[in-house]
Amino acid sequence: MSKVMSMRDAVERFVPDGASVLLGAGLEGLIPFAAGHEIMRQRKHNLTLLGPISDMLFDQMIGSGCATRVCAAWVGNVSAGLGHCYRRAVEHGIPHPVEVHDHSNFTFALALSAAAQGVPYMPTRTALGTDLLKTNPGLRVIESPYDGSPLVAVQALEPDVAFVAVQRADEEGAAHCWGAMGVAAEACLASRSVVLVAEQLASHETIESDPNRVLAPHFRVSAVVHEPFACHPSPMQGFYGRDHAAYHAYHDVTRTETGFAAWENEWVHGVGDRRGYIAKLGHERLERLFIRRRRLAAEVDYGL
Amino acid sequence: MASEFTPGEIMVAAAAREIRDGEVAFVGMRLPLLAFCVAKRTHAPQAVGLFEAGVIRDAAPPSMLYTMCDPPNIAGAAGCVPMLTLMSVLQRGDVDVGFIGGAEVDRYGNLNTSYIGSYEAPKVRLPGSGGAADIACLARRLVIIMPHERRRFRTRVDYVTSPGFGAGPGWRAHVGLPGGGPSALITTMGVFEYDRAAGEAVLRSCHPGVTVDDIRRESGDLVFRVDTTEPTAGPTAEELSIIREYDPTGFWTG
Repeated sequence: MSKVMSMRDAVERFVPDGASVLLGAGLEGLIPFAAGHEIMRQRKHNLTLLGPISDMLFDQMIGSGCATRVCAAWVGNVSAGLGHCYRRAVEHGIPHPVEVHDHSNFTFALALSAAAQGVPYMPTRTALGTDLLKTNPGLRVIESPYDGSPLVAVQALEPDVAFVAVQRADEEGAAHCWGAMGVAAEACLASRSVVLVAEQLASHETIESDPNRVLAPHFRVSAVVHEPFACHPSPMQGFYGRDHAAYHAYHDVTRTETGFAAWENEWVHGVGDRRGYIAKLGHERLERLFIRRRRLAAEVDYGL
Repeated sequence: MASEFTPGEIMVAAAAREIRDGEVAFVGMRLPLLAFCVAKRTHAPQAVGLFEAGVIRDAAPPSMLYTMCDPPNIAGAAGCVPMLTLMSVLQRGDVDVGFIGGAEVDRYGNLNTSYIGSYEAPKVRLPGSGGAADIACLARRLVIIMPHERRRFRTRVDYVTSPGFGAGPGWRAHVGLPGGGPSALITTMGVFEYDRAAGEAVLRSCHPGVTVDDIRRESGDLVFRVDTTEPTAGPTAEELSIIREYDPTGFWTG
């Protein structure tokens, strides 16, 4: 059964107001900006944003007012600096306050891993002695039942929906993903619904040709959105590089509330959909980001 | 020693020397990444670099990176694995040295990259931990790199994102932290090493043109000991040419 649908339909169906939404499982790469922008266009409310880093996407979504809670290890703009919208929301309640549950990258991965395995928590030694324990109710110190040593019990985090970008997926949700994947596999197991955002729609045979590269069991996937260039300005291995200039331009223009509003109108609402966004970027700019020199892996033989 | 270099460049050179040959280093971005590139191509050709997104590198990346997930960092990597795999390696004690920066550091090497002011009413919301807390908790040695500015040195940081020696000697063992804690603090003015038994910084060297008095004046509430100091060795011509090959416009080191 085909699970292919448009981004508009996927957001309408899987992101009700109040939902917890995981984006940016691949850290600074493979960030499905297209999904975040569609959520902003549909003016969703009261969302909880989940992700380890997500580069500047969370800053944009916070600025648009769709989030009231953030559960993340890092929110800002990786190459440019602090996130202005994040700062305005946390420091001044603009456009409204957001509640933050502070994670580290490791505790975030463990929180997903616990949900992925269907257990209430995962033990770790990271974060012991940190103030993350005070600003995240999902991190509690326990005593090991075996040797009495202190451990942090990281509470399971089960997103309502995860948007996970992949290079190619078939219609049923079997997908190949490569490059830096961060917590993508855990996200697919941990979430109630999984929406794959695929650069290419591939045949079942293509995916089956390399089963070791499959990201997650296809039956965990609820929808497949075929959306080329969905991760711009973040990179997708094998397809396009990172558009550094976009991060710096965003950082500069969003220093003020009105600057952010103008950016949002121009790049999110004004473009209508991802196609419009890509048309606005223009062929020349995209051309500069495309991978120029292919670098193919050696063949893998699954012969009988 | 090359005659002209920026504070960023001498920090990178000093940081590179903290990576010994054959070590496994948790690298991160910006200046630590440049330090890894310099170390790999000079005194530490057998060092291995880990990037928390899941990338393992035996060789310096071929070009300047803005993030660890940029495609040139993955092409030609020694491995690209789930983040949990590298965090597991870190937790089990296989990482010799990790690098992090901080907005604020205190007398016991605790770092804050989360909140200036209180959690309830922060004056500045900083980006948060990322992987910094994990590196500080779990790496065998921690090297801290930050600009030397008075406001960054505190008696006690407002928020411990990445723990150093906590409240002082014995604290790490008491709370159950397995890693060794800070071993060096590299700033734009000098290099400190940590007396790990006392949990305190000891000034080891001043960068060329900087005196101990200059450092005292600019160190705010940082408490540190001064034993014998010498000038920090500046970047060699080779180190400088490697730094500038990766950062030709001075984006990170200018």
